[in-house]
Amino acid sequence: MGERALKIPRTNCAISWTRREFLRSAAGVALGSAFLPSTRRASTLSRTKKVVVITFGGGARDQETFAPEGQENIPHLMREFIPRASFFTQVVNRGILGHYVATASLATGVYETINNFASLPPEHPTVFEYFRKDLKRPSSDAWVVAPSNGFNRIGESTHRSYGPGLGARVVLPKHLLKATLSKRGTDYEHLLRDNYETPYYTPELGGNEFELQQLESILRLSADDFKAHARTLSSPDELSVYIARQLMRHLAPSLLWITMHDIDVAHAGAYSMYIEGIQRTDRLCAELWHAIQTEPEYAGRTTLMILPDFGRDADEDAGGNGFQHHRTGDALSRTTWMLAIGHGIREGVVYDRAFDSLDLVPTIGAILGFSPSLAQGRPISELV
Amino acid sequence: MLPRDLKPEQFSGYPPAAKELVTNYLGALQKLPLSFLPNLLREAIDYDFKFPAERHALDRELANLGSLSPAQIGEWFQGFAKISVSTQLERSDWINSPAQFVEQLSAHLWTTHQLDAFRVAATEYADRLHAAVTPQPPPVPRLGITVIGQGVSSYDGTLFGKLRPHGGYFTHINPENGLRLLLDAVGGRAKAHSSAYGHWYIDGGEEAEHDAVLTTVSYGALASVRRSLLRNMQTETERPGMGPEALRTLMAEMRPADLGMSKDGDPIVDRFRLKLLTEGSGTQIYSTTFAQWAAREALRRAQPLTLLVRFAPRQRQRPMDELLSDSHPASALDFVGSLIDADMGAYYNWLNQQRLPGAEQSSFLVWFEGHSQALAIGPSMPRGTESAAIADLGKLLSWTI
Repeated sequence: MGERALKIPRTNCAISWTRREFLRSAAGVALGSAFLPSTRRASTLSRTKKVVVITFGGGARDQETFAPEGQENIPHLMREFIPRASFFTQVVNRGILGHYVATASLATGVYETINNFASLPPEHPTVFEYFRKDLKRPSSDAWVVAPSNGFNRIGESTHRSYGPGLGARVVLPKHLLKATLSKRGTDYEHLLRDNYETPYYTPELGGNEFELQQLESILRLSADDFKAHARTLSSPDELSVYIARQLMRHLAPSLLWITMHDIDVAHAGAYSMYIEGIQRTDRLCAELWHAIQTEPEYAGRTTLMILPDFGRDADEDAGGNGFQHHRTGDALSRTTWMLAIGHGIREGVVYDRAFDSLDLVPTIGAILGFSPSLAQGRPISELV
Repeated sequence: MLPRDLKPEQFSGYPPAAKELVTNYLGALQKLPLSFLPNLLREAIDYDFKFPAERHALDRELANLGSLSPAQIGEWFQGFAKISVSTQLERSDWINSPAQFVEQLSAHLWTTHQLDAFRVAATEYADRLHAAVTPQPPPVPRLGITVIGQGVSSYDGTLFGKLRPHGGYFTHINPENGLRLLLDAVGGRAKAHSSAYGHWYIDGGEEAEHDAVLTTVSYGALASVRRSLLRNMQTETERPGMGPEALRTLMAEMRPADLGMSKDGDPIVDRFRLKLLTEGSGTQIYSTTFAQWAAREALRRAQPLTLLVRFAPRQRQRPMDELLSDSHPASALDFVGSLIDADMGAYYNWLNQQRLPGAEQSSFLVWFEGHSQALAIGPSMPRGTESAAIADLGKLLSWTI
């Protein structure tokens, strides 16, 4: 589980936390209300619509992102996205704050309780299964690009009405790189480290993760070219974006889910590395948005949603150690934001009402035209 | 096994002072809910290796529990009593392994969505305890000093941003002999206000010359211990079936001698040093993380009257392309990144100092080592101000306290 330090405070803390109003000073944005409909037109065929989800992870706080003091870390989101996006200031995650289980919960619309550090599939149907089963889509139309820490099983659940054969294809770029490296030394081990919460533990892989030989057949990329390109990149998330762009170019899946994870280096306790992770993720989001706008299969028909899986502990919570972890379950670690941009999205609007992170799956269902019957959230009215 | 079934002989595995403490209060412990008691035992079992401030706090907490009537116990612990604990947890050896119990309880609370209820119960308990057992003010106002930016020749970014609203920002401090002046001042306080484990010097690199009366922890002095621990962790993770929980348990059970620490050292401080490495995240690898975590734990546990923390440059995080090409040595340092880490670390040091009794009288000073920028917080220091006054660090310190 994500929690490691359950301490009963034996001193009280007088410093209270209040949520800031995001973007108060940002130009070109209006305060939205639930009565404002989205700009989605009913005539648009769901067959042509695409949705891309980016989890801005793992775990980013308001104060290093959209709160006034954090906006300098996300210049692309602030300048290129916000004027054209609908922005939601309060997305609440009431589940377990471990990256795999939280991302699985985002993908199923149910708070999953699976072991965060085991290689286990979600127990409830994923958004990919609803999408493929309801709309009779092939496996090539739903993809997940994710870090390696257990995410290999996120594509499909164990649910008896869905499950095997109905989920998304999952590609783990770091795992793929590992397979291409014939000679591995200590440094490669460091590079391929699977997660930051338990840096010396790597779960055994299982499930239908992307096989090495499919690099060439699906992505039209030789192992040597892949390896050579990897040498030009500075982080695992850059590798994920590279793979995502290959997928967009060659397969153009209608439902693409990209899990970023560089930010979770914060567990190492070095604030500058955490901030660099946020700045890099900001840049990579812009790169993906640019790809969406320029790839013919995506331009003009794609809705992009960006949200952290959850936040991190507040500086003021004596039970934690600030940005380093997400262990306390305090309000700051549970409350984060979401940004939606692209097809059918109202531009330059900020919504202050709180919604639950479980609402993501029903919202995607309403956009793409399927019914996530077992998901527990509700469609976000401002987006559908 | 439930708390009401506790018997004195069940604590035979506890160290002597811990055993005596727990058996003295057995009647009170028997009345506590299982969702609470192991957390208290986790503190008690280490009693023999605790700092005086921790022992004193635990003594007073247990004395308070012993004084509560059954009705008051019911009132104080009603939130904890509503927490559902699994049969598996009930059957675990929570008396002898309370830390493992707490870890498993934590996972259970997340899984069963009881974490928020636990947080509320814990906060209510802390508030009641705080009201009933008023913390005693320190004999002299506390002083915290943080030195950041070692080795950085220039920096254009904003420093002390989070601290500036709370104190005075000085732009023309004479940096000459600055560290020496600060260490001498800390040594002087230690001699003037003698207190066991009351005056600390933590260094993220190699220790500078300092007064022997100070309790000292440094990243440099623990180099061989860190290497030994990393080797140990690497070996253990390669064993079949080793998962994160098992590894954590293994590390929690380590003793200073297991990692080659001398048996001649102070057992309390050595245990503290070991825990920094076995319980901290990133402390084994990054010196800035080590210094911040060591300060946090020293403040939380020893409640020092004086704490000087000096950050040092940490090793660089190597980007992926560099790792693949192996083009640069691993040992290169990240000076500016370390300054940013330490700037945040200074803020955390102040926050953690402010959590201690006597916060309103405490003072805090942070200095950009070798440069003219410093910030001072204290009862007489105007908040949110900026000054171009010329002074050395000794003078600034005298203005701060």
